[in-house]
Order: sequence, then C-alpha cells, then structure tokens
Amino acid sequence: MNTFERLWANGAFRYGATVLALVLVMGVLAPFLGTVDPAVMDYNNINRAAGHTGSFTLVDGSQVAHAFWLGTDNFGRDLYSRVVYGARVSLLVALCTAFLALLAGGAVGMLAGYFRSADLVLMRLMDGLMAIPAILLAIALVAALGASITTVVVAIAIPEIPRVSRLVRSLVLTLREEPFVEAARALATPAPVILLRHILPNALAPLLVQGTFVAASAVLLEAILSFLGLGLPAEIPTWGNIMAEGRTQFSQYPGNVLYPALFLVPTVLALNLLGDGLRDVLDPKFSKR
Amino acid sequence: MTSIATLEIDALSIALPRGGDRTDAVSSVSLAIEPGRTLCVVGESGSGKSVMATSVMGLLPRELRVSAGQIRLEGESLLEASRARLRSLRGKAMGMVFQEPMTALNPVMRCGDQIDELLRTHGSESATERLRAIREVLERVHLSEPERIFRSYPHQLSGGQRQRIVIAMAVILKPALLICDEPTTALDVTTQKEILSLIAELRRDQGSAVLFITHDMGVVADIADDVMVMHQGRCVEQGPRDQILRTPSAEYTRMLLAAVPGMTPPAPRVRTPAAVRLHARSVGKTYLSRDWMGRRQETAALKDASLALEAGETVGIVGESGSGKSTFARCLIRLIDPSEGDIHWGSDEVARRSERDLRPLRHRVQMVFQDPNRSLNPRRTVGGAIVEGAVNFGLSRADAQALAERLISQVRLPPQSLARYPGQFSGGQRQRIAIARALACRPEVLVADEAVSALDVSVQAQILDLLRDIQAELGLGLLFITHDLRVAAQLCDRVIVMQRGRIVEQGATQALYASPHHPYTRHLLASAPAGLDHGR
Repeated sequence: MNTFERLWANGAFRYGATVLALVLVMGVLAPFLGTVDPAVMDYNNINRAAGHTGSFTLVDGSQVAHAFWLGTDNFGRDLYSRVVYGARVSLLVALCTAFLALLAGGAVGMLAGYFRSADLVLMRLMDGLMAIPAILLAIALVAALGASITTVVVAIAIPEIPRVSRLVRSLVLTLREEPFVEAARALATPAPVILLRHILPNALAPLLVQGTFVAASAVLLEAILSFLGLGLPAEIPTWGNIMAEGRTQFSQYPGNVLYPALFLVPTVLALNLLGDGLRDVLDPKFSKR
Repeated sequence: MTSIATLEIDALSIALPRGGDRTDAVSSVSLAIEPGRTLCVVGESGSGKSVMATSVMGLLPRELRVSAGQIRLEGESLLEASRARLRSLRGKAMGMVFQEPMTALNPVMRCGDQIDELLRTHGSESATERLRAIREVLERVHLSEPERIFRSYPHQLSGGQRQRIVIAMAVILKPALLICDEPTTALDVTTQKEILSLIAELRRDQGSAVLFITHDMGVVADIADDVMVMHQGRCVEQGPRDQILRTPSAEYTRMLLAAVPGMTPPAPRVRTPAAVRLHARSVGKTYLSRDWMGRRQETAALKDASLALEAGETVGIVGESGSGKSTFARCLIRLIDPSEGDIHWGSDEVARRSERDLRPLRHRVQMVFQDPNRSLNPRRTVGGAIVEGAVNFGLSRADAQALAERLISQVRLPPQSLARYPGQFSGGQRQRIAIARALACRPEVLVADEAVSALDVSVQAQILDLLRDIQAELGLGLLFITHDLRVAAQLCDRVIVMQRGRIVEQGATQALYASPHHPYTRHLLASAPAGLDHGR
C-alpha cells in the first residue's frame, strides 16, 4: 500500500480530512452558497429566527429575496452568511500560523540541533519566549500593530515557535548521529546540504503532525482573541467575533453563539484527528496498534 | 531412548499475514528434545527460528497464528492451554533467555526485586525463603558480589552480568525446558564463552532440556547435542551434532557450513611494499565530563594508538566492545576529533584540520558502516546516495551518473537499482550499495567498521569476497574493524589487537594467530567459538 492508501485506511485521518475538505470547500465557495454580504446590516431584519424567509436590503439599497437559515443578529446581519464566510478566516489563520510556526521553529530547531555552538543561545531564547503568556503577548501585539489578520497570525505563531523548535531539535539530535549523516560528512557534503537533504526529509513526518496540532490550536486561539475583542476587526466575520457579539443576547438568542460553535468544534476536532491519523501512520512506533 | 521428550513439536505451521514474502513463517516443523539435551536450531535471519521459539512460550505477536500442528511440554498441549495456564507454565516449566539482556530487564527496577517479583508470582514462600533462593541462584550463575548485584539496577551492570541475571530468572524455578533465543549474539566472545558454559552447566545440573536458537555455527559446535537447520520456515535437516557438522546431507547446510570463516588464517599473500596511504601516530581520544560536584573527569577511550596502512594492504583491528577500536577508526576518518597525535592521509596531516579544510581531502578515506539499515538515507534513492560524493568532489551530474552505473554493476547489483530506495533492498544488498557509495569518491583507503557483523553468514562471505576483489582491482588500503576473529583471520594481512583503548599486540595474521604473545590475545583466541576448519 502506498502512503495515501494507508492514511485513508485510518479512521481518524479519514474523518479529519473529510471534514476539513468540506469546511475548505465551504470557505472557498462562500459567495455561491446562497449567502449575502456578511457585513451588511439590514435593520428591517433584526434578530430574525432561524429559517425565516423574506427580503434583504443590500448596501446599494436593492432588495433580494433571501432565506435566513440561521436567522440574523441584533444588527440585522445574516448569521448563515457570516458563519460561512467565517470559515475562510479560520482556515486562513490556521494555515498561516502553522506555516509560520513550522518555518521559524523548524529553522531554529535545525540550527540548534546540528550546531552545538548555536544550541545554548537559541534554546535559552526559546525558553524565554515560552515564559511569556500567549494571550498577553497577543494583547500587546494587537495594541502595538493594530488588529489585522497578519497581527493575529504573528501573535498566535510566536508562542508556538519554541514548542516546534524543541521538537525539531530533539529530532535533529537523534538524526545527526545516524550513520547516513556521518556517511554524508565523510563524503564532504557541506553542513547546510546535510541539513536540507539528509536531516529535514527524515524529520518531516513528525513536523507535519505537529503542524496540524498548531493549526488546531490556532483556530481556537483566533476565536478566543476575537471573543475578547482582540482579534480581527468587527467588520470581518470570524467564528470568534460572531460569538463575541452574540454573547450579550445569549439568553434570548442562543443561536448567535451556538451556530458558529457548531462549526468551530468539528473543525478543531478534525484538525486534531487529522494529526492523530498522520502520526499513527507516519510514525512507525504507533503503526502496530 | 525410552525417556519421554520434554518438548515435542509436531508438524507445526504458523501462518504469516497476507502480503508477506511467503505464506508460512514456519511450515510443518517437527522436533523433540529429551531432558538434559540441547537442540540447536540454526538458520539465517527470516528462517522462522525465533517465531517457532516464541510460539512455544505462547508469546506470538497478534498478526501471527498457529495454523496447524501441536506443541507439547511434558505431554501437555500448549496450544490448547488457557492463558492463565500458560502464564503459570512460563517461568515455572519453561524459562526463556533473550538476545538483548538490556531490554529483557526492567530498567527502573533493582535486579533483586525483579527476580523476587517472579518468585512472588509463582509461589507463596515467605520473604526470607525467597531471599535465600535468589542468593542461591545468583551464585549458581556465577555472579561475583551477589549482594551488590542484588541491589543494582540493570544499567549499572555489564552486558555479561545482565545476561546472567536474565538466565538466573529463567532457571530459578528449575524449569524443565530452557529456551535460549540468540542469548550470546549481543555479547563479546569472551563473555559468550562463559555464558555458553554456564548454560551447559545448568542443563547438566538441572537436567533441563534446552532449545537453543542461533545463527552461529561455531556456537552450535560448542553447545549442541542435536542440530536442526531451518531455511525459509522449513526444517532442512535434523540430526546429531557431529553428523550435521561433518557429513551434512542437505545442500543448504553444506553452503551454510562452507560460509563460516575458519579460525586458521590462509597462507599470507605476497605483497611488495607500497606507499603508505594512512598513517597515524600516538592518536588518543579523551572524553571530558563533570560529576555532580562539577569536578572534571577524564575518560580515555583511546590511548597512544599508531598505525600505517599501505596501498593494497588489509589491516584488521580486533577487540571486544569498549576496546576503542571504533573510536580509533572514527578518529582516523575524522568523524570525531582526536585529542592528541598526528594523522596523515597520504602526505597531508589532518588531525587538526577544521571541517572546512578537511573537505577537499575527504575523498581519500571512505567508510563502510556496520548497520546497512541505518547507513543509507531512507528518503534518497540509491543513485542519489552514490552520486552525492562524486558530485561533491567536482564531477558533473552526467559523469557521476555514468560512474554510479559502473559502480553498481561492480558491486553486482542490477543498474535499475539506482532508481530505487534503500528500503527495497536486503541487508547484504544495502551493504553493497554502501560500498559503491564509498567507492564513488575514488578513495585510497576504505575503512570498514564491523561492515559484515550485522549480516547472515552466507551474505557475509559474499561481501568479504567483494571487498577482496575490489581491493585487488583498485589497490585500496583496507582497514577492517571487527570483533570476529574468524573474519579477521580470513581477510587481513596484519592484525592489531586492542584492549581498553590500547593496542596490546600486532603482527602478521598467521604468526599472531599461531603464537600470540600478549595474554589478552591468547584469551581472545581461546574464547572464539569452536573452529569449523574445513580446509578452505
């Protein structure tokens, strides 16, 4: 069996991949899924119940017939449209954060693991970084740089970097003692080439697994930051700030909090299961279970 | 013979999961061992010998199952026994000694407690009686200082001591059957000798039947009463030891016996003196560590080692684990930095060069590593691995590719191999690839660090032949590090004997094997498994 067939045979991976693919398709095709502009407020349609059908006033004042499948919020915005568009932000944040954390953490970890002289300095720096509370760092960054997707991604990625770099460092420490790395040294292969050609490919599988967990926690953290009002600006719909805005009316209109949660939870779960599945299949230590 | 067999295996077949290279791991194998006798099961890796032994213990992995046959221990069927019954038989009626004594013991439990745990599971004697039994068994396996060993953790003991603990656990309840699965493979020859005579002694005293699994014909000659040869899951030949070793009837047995290197060196080759390619003077390596008080502690892994290797010459370095032979080899090819001494590759001094200054000279000295599974990057094609060195030393891609094609046929592999990954090759084939990779740099010296130790004896013989041919063709200096005196005897012009980081004796192979001067060399030669000299 090739790797993909083995992955597909793993139930956790199958669920995770399917759900994520659905969320991704939903995000990409958002304009074609019966949605309206998620930022438009129509005060004729405030706090509509789920399933209401009627007409919706767009920015240019034109009216369109619209089915409010999940109802509207207290500004008259269509919840269904907001949730569907919110998937875009969540996935984008997840992907960018994982990419950034793996890139930076991977580089730091490879250098620290391979070059003994760099190890002490880099890892103490990482220890220092780990001592900063993630939320406080995010508050400081958002305050300093203003709320935007970039700020949020950077704010979430930075606390993940030490974790990734520790993982990569420990992998490199084991791999650098492998005879095939010594053989490469004896063949006069320069250190950067050894790192990229011999060490990185053999560390990629655990790194990929770590990446999915980083992505899962990024989705959650973005929601938390938005919920606290520190995330993206209110005009960009994210699952976090839909919930934050719905919180005030939770007792009368619980849907404003529950519907985005209904998407958030399976997405995070899917990312985690995807990671579990990848680890089970790619890591030989777990392959026998 | 009238006595009833302790262990009887009757037409046992064990099915492999689908997709394996054959349908049965073991197919219709029968054997019987009587009390007080030793049956050696010999075979190469993948012959099914270990699977058979684990099936007797009832410890088969879940993917494997017995598809036919019977296993009877003192008349009782083991295949029909309940889990609880098997558990109570293990230890009490059958004891098992494993290959790797470190992993067979629990690293976080004192040795005494581990033996005690076994007694508590199986009996209800009082604590003092158990203590007495443990003391007695520790003496029986000839552990000096039983008190200290009783309180030690496994990592504080040597490999031989650990294996004695494992044996003590296997025999403390005086089982009728003792199963030994390659119990000496991970040990040095001198320790192996002691462990083998211990097993023989316990068998005599307790009258146990011994099922002894090994790949080493020399060990068979030392310990077996009867021998069974296995190949591809089938029993090839079975009979008394002398019959099998002297007049084998099966072709496979004859091949296996012929492949075992003899202890007697062949007549020395006639060689004209040639240029010295690798020269080392007074090389030493000291490791520094600090204890909990921060005091410096120096451990000398290598002291005052010198060597001169000429083109076309083969020099062997022999010694037990911890003798410093690998440290010496790794200093010589500058994978580690020597603490003192000079090393010359050709005419260039390299002991103190930086990695960057060393790189242009690296092609002169190349290495073949012990474990062919780990010495090739699993994520690079064979061709990529061979081309790498050649490209590093300035060959163009196309020229390197042509060179790789030539080399792969020189190590007798098909040219299609270049596009495949190392995982698709057997151990012996991978070692050929590793040799081709080293040759791609056109080295003057090839250092082989236990290059055949991980291989089956028939494959070992092929690799040794290959090394001989390549040396003759290219005039390489060959430095051959091994713990196996038999291999050294067959291959080397000169042999260097190392002990505790020092060279204790060296000389021309034939003279050294015939009249060793140093007591350690004598001890080492005497401990080697019984020779199977068959006049090659």
